[in-house]
Amino acid sequence: MSATAETVDQVKDLTADKYKYGFSTEIEMEFAPKGLNEDIVRFISAKKEEPEWMLEWRLKAFRHWQTMEAPNWAKVGYPEIDYQDIYYYAAPKQAGDGPKSLDEVDPELLKTYEKLGIPLKEQELLAGVVAVDAVFDSVSVATTYKAKLTEMGVIFCSISEAVREYPELVKKYLGSVVPYSDNYFATLNCAVFTDGSFVYVPKGLRCPMELSTYFRINAENTGQFERTLIIADEGAYVSYLEGCTAPQRDENQLHAAVVELVTLDNAEIKYSTVQNWYPGDENGKGGIYNFVTKRGACRGANSKISWTQVETGSAITWKYPSCILQGDNSVGEFYSVAITNNAQQADTGTKMIHLGKNTRSTIISKGISAGKADNTYRGLVKVMPKAEGARNFTQCDSLLIGDRCGAHTVPYIESRNPSARVEHEATTSKISDDQLFYCMQRGLSAEDAVGVIVNGFCKEVMKNLPMEFAVEAQKLIGISLEGSVG
Amino acid sequence: MSLLKIENLHATIDDKEILKGINLEMGPGEIHAIMGPNGSGKSTLSYVLAGRDGYEVTEGSVTFKGKDLLELEADERANEGIFLAFQYPVEIPGVAGMTFLRESYNAKLRHHGEPEADAMQFLKMVRAKAKTLNMNDDMLKRPVNVGFSGGEKKRNEILQMAVLEPSLAILDETDSGLDIDALKLVSEGVNALRNEGRSMLIITHYQRLLNHIQPDFVHVLAHGKIQRSGGKELALELEANGYADFAEEAA
Repeated sequence: MSATAETVDQVKDLTADKYKYGFSTEIEMEFAPKGLNEDIVRFISAKKEEPEWMLEWRLKAFRHWQTMEAPNWAKVGYPEIDYQDIYYYAAPKQAGDGPKSLDEVDPELLKTYEKLGIPLKEQELLAGVVAVDAVFDSVSVATTYKAKLTEMGVIFCSISEAVREYPELVKKYLGSVVPYSDNYFATLNCAVFTDGSFVYVPKGLRCPMELSTYFRINAENTGQFERTLIIADEGAYVSYLEGCTAPQRDENQLHAAVVELVTLDNAEIKYSTVQNWYPGDENGKGGIYNFVTKRGACRGANSKISWTQVETGSAITWKYPSCILQGDNSVGEFYSVAITNNAQQADTGTKMIHLGKNTRSTIISKGISAGKADNTYRGLVKVMPKAEGARNFTQCDSLLIGDRCGAHTVPYIESRNPSARVEHEATTSKISDDQLFYCMQRGLSAEDAVGVIVNGFCKEVMKNLPMEFAVEAQKLIGISLEGSVG
Repeated sequence: MSLLKIENLHATIDDKEILKGINLEMGPGEIHAIMGPNGSGKSTLSYVLAGRDGYEVTEGSVTFKGKDLLELEADERANEGIFLAFQYPVEIPGVAGMTFLRESYNAKLRHHGEPEADAMQFLKMVRAKAKTLNMNDDMLKRPVNVGFSGGEKKRNEILQMAVLEPSLAILDETDSGLDIDALKLVSEGVNALRNEGRSMLIITHYQRLLNHIQPDFVHVLAHGKIQRSGGKELALELEANGYADFAEEAA
């Protein structure tokens, strides 16, 4: 039996036990009543002690959402979601107003993050200094290095806090990139978002630390709706990373997040994601529905937004981190590795909308499919009439492991400016028996061989990850594909 | 004691019998050459010894260092000291040669319960060995075999062999596709790796490689069996007469 033919059998052996973040934390929680209606929206807003304008915005979104229908154009299949059977708010119970400092954070929570390998202690340094905002179900439980960042003028806090403390900034930018009426899941998020991170980097500052948010879904039957807003003022730079995990549960859980990025003149945001939500078991039972809207606006001239994503988890991934290239000479980048194994489904890609003159975009997408998984790249490159001299380069590579999985590429190109140059390259390949045997003859186990080959395949994307996370992400790729070959 | 003992080895691929009772014994430090016409089963023998999927052993045994080799997976055989220099080295896009070497080297150390190599020392060691094969740093940074010329690929195989220090190296038509200069360079690389603890099984069509790498024994493989064995003079005889003598002995 050839090595790839064995895949078919081996995949069956892959159990979800290999998902090492599948534990859950026993902690007393406070829930909003199950289901969704205006009262729940009000409840969430009240819990967050929000000003009236914020509540009004949520309600406007909620009312609009009720008139919308879930999108069905993506190449993913799942039973209809009962939105009344979900908790929209779940928070660890705490005495009083919540922790003022790290010392006051519930030790159970600190233990959870420790287990996940996320340091919530400021003295504990990884290879580099990383400030972390930790979001547990519906609330942010801790943000590290806050004082140090504040000193430099960087605002890094939970979005709930930002709504209260920096209402002018939030009012100005929230919903300015992804409007409340944008799409079904984003609109739902506008109504019920519970927490997330807020970053503002002031003019001319190059943020010296990596900023990071770690999202953890813990409670059962709970949806996570986080909202992230990052603003880089003129000439500012920030690198931001998000990580995500969830316990192993039999039912599907909904994660509908919105991320908005804004860069003003000469500013740059580098946004990296290592997504490792629970993917479900080998038969597709359980796992996270990851329905996310991420978009950045390069408002200013010469500004740049770069998305790098490593997507290994989730039962279903539906996300298209995009760039609106408004400012002249602005640059948008999208580097993606999406791995699907077993019954996972991913429909992911990007949109690059060229509005300004001489705007440039690069799309590098690497899709890896194993087991009976489906992996789709879906992307749009749109050049508007005024985008004189716009350029795009797109490369979509798919790698198949075994013969029951699928890879699909759906690129849309719309150019309305004759001076624009748009290039698209695509390849599909398989890990060959020759490659596997060659690696094994040099002493690598079958799994290590796949890890090495796949990491090689993804190299162009992986090299864009911040150093501190690149090693972790490489390992994750190996783990995600465990059991995919003999 | 012999290092490798092959007894009455029969093997099939897709139910077709290719090896029909091979017997061969190799002692430590010995160099054996296997010569034979196309389709005689030379490459099959190398794959069966290395443990490639798809080859089924139907009869016979292979003992390596006193162990039943056929029980082991391909990676275990490699880590136990069997190295196959490929006739057609495989490309691994995106994986730097140095990374690949380090992964292989560490896999072997782990197999023997030893700690992984110090990255700096390893780098130094590989560079020194690469230099003797006329390979520069640039070649070590490039993805494994991607865009390599035939000669570069073969040199890369010998470099891997030099780093992994096998006790049994199987060279599968290492001379194919090499011009005279490259052949000389590769042969020198191989000869530098000769020592009393390392045996080599050299598979080739032609005598010319054996001018550079002198074997202790020569075997003629045809129709799935070793038809004749002798010293290095046998290779010269074959060069003069071709394999025609063995054609009539078809099974």
